[in-house]
Amino acid sequence: MAELDTSGGGGKKGGKVRSKKQSTRVDLTAMVDLAFLLVTFFMLTTTLNKPKAMDLAMPDKDDQNTQEPIAASRTMTVLLGSNNKLEWFIGEPGKSAPEVIGYGKNDLRKVLTEQKQKVLQTTGKSLFVIVKPSDKSVYKNVVDVLDELHITDNMAFAIVAITPPEVDLLKRDNIY
Amino acid sequence: MPRVKIPRKSTAIDMTAMCDVAFLLLTFFILTAKPKVEDPVPVDTPRSATEVTLPESGVALITVGKGKTFLTLDGPEMRKQTLLQIGSKYNIGFTPNEVKQFQNLDAIGVPVQSLKQFLALDGEQRKAFLASKNGGIPTDSVSNEMFNWIREARVVEKNISGKELRFSIKGDSNEEYPTMERLIAILQKQKVNKFSLITSLRAK
Repeated sequence: MAELDTSGGGGKKGGKVRSKKQSTRVDLTAMVDLAFLLVTFFMLTTTLNKPKAMDLAMPDKDDQNTQEPIAASRTMTVLLGSNNKLEWFIGEPGKSAPEVIGYGKNDLRKVLTEQKQKVLQTTGKSLFVIVKPSDKSVYKNVVDVLDELHITDNMAFAIVAITPPEVDLLKRDNIY
Repeated sequence: MPRVKIPRKSTAIDMTAMCDVAFLLLTFFILTAKPKVEDPVPVDTPRSATEVTLPESGVALITVGKGKTFLTLDGPEMRKQTLLQIGSKYNIGFTPNEVKQFQNLDAIGVPVQSLKQFLALDGEQRKAFLASKNGGIPTDSVSNEMFNWIREARVVEKNISGKELRFSIKGDSNEEYPTMERLIAILQKQKVNKFSLITSLRAK
């Protein structure tokens, strides 16, 4: 491939004496070495995993009219406290006893799945989750809750500012 | 009886094809490689199970970490126009050299009044500036510079591509929620109700 015919047109006897041409064959080994070195370098430095993004839609603040009232029996309120703990209750605050749990697979996800089924059986409608992060919670907590909501397929949710009585609840349970 | 000698074959292999392949791969990787943008503050993104990837263009990135917020805009033209708009809003004139410096910036993260001073610094000093208490675009309601940056960036994007600028938020896991709340409030004030949160992948 990378060589030219250098036989010098042999076979002609008594022809002119030609100086023997040097072979044009190039040793490509070093070049291949270098190329693979660079390939390896670029392969290792490229980030193959692109950032993943979770879409979040907040309710429009200005349109108050289009919001439908939702029955308290099918709303679940999640209060995010400190130390990676959260508190949840069904319906209006004070009517059902709030429970303090963590964010893991066996805590929040289990509760969400259970409540989803329970609400579906009693009211025939889907569960509505209100997420209320307190000032002591961190960004990760919010993302965790959203993630669990996605996993348990509870797409009806809203992130709302926490109210003072709810902060008191968190304080009472020592997670504020 | 004379022994039959097996002629030895040369051990030289034709490397041409291998060389071709190697350079083909090399070219591919060089062309697809995207320089890694360094975060102005160390950010450890929270993990989630979402698998939606972020679109390549038309997205402005807001980085949040250590209570500071930074804005990253895509493309030199976008940055230039936004800077000029901000300049006219705050009555600051920028020299062509400063505009050029600004176009090369990864993240915008200083108060508008310190911008000129910041652009005059060199690489290491800039990093130090961003890490100091002056770093970050102010988000408080008094000056509300973040609001203006976001607003001007949206106007510029609309003029350039005719599309709405999308926003993605890259926040540190341990960032306190009030910082995020302020940022979300700023976005909502401009009726940007939908945005993306950047997360890293986790198994379910």
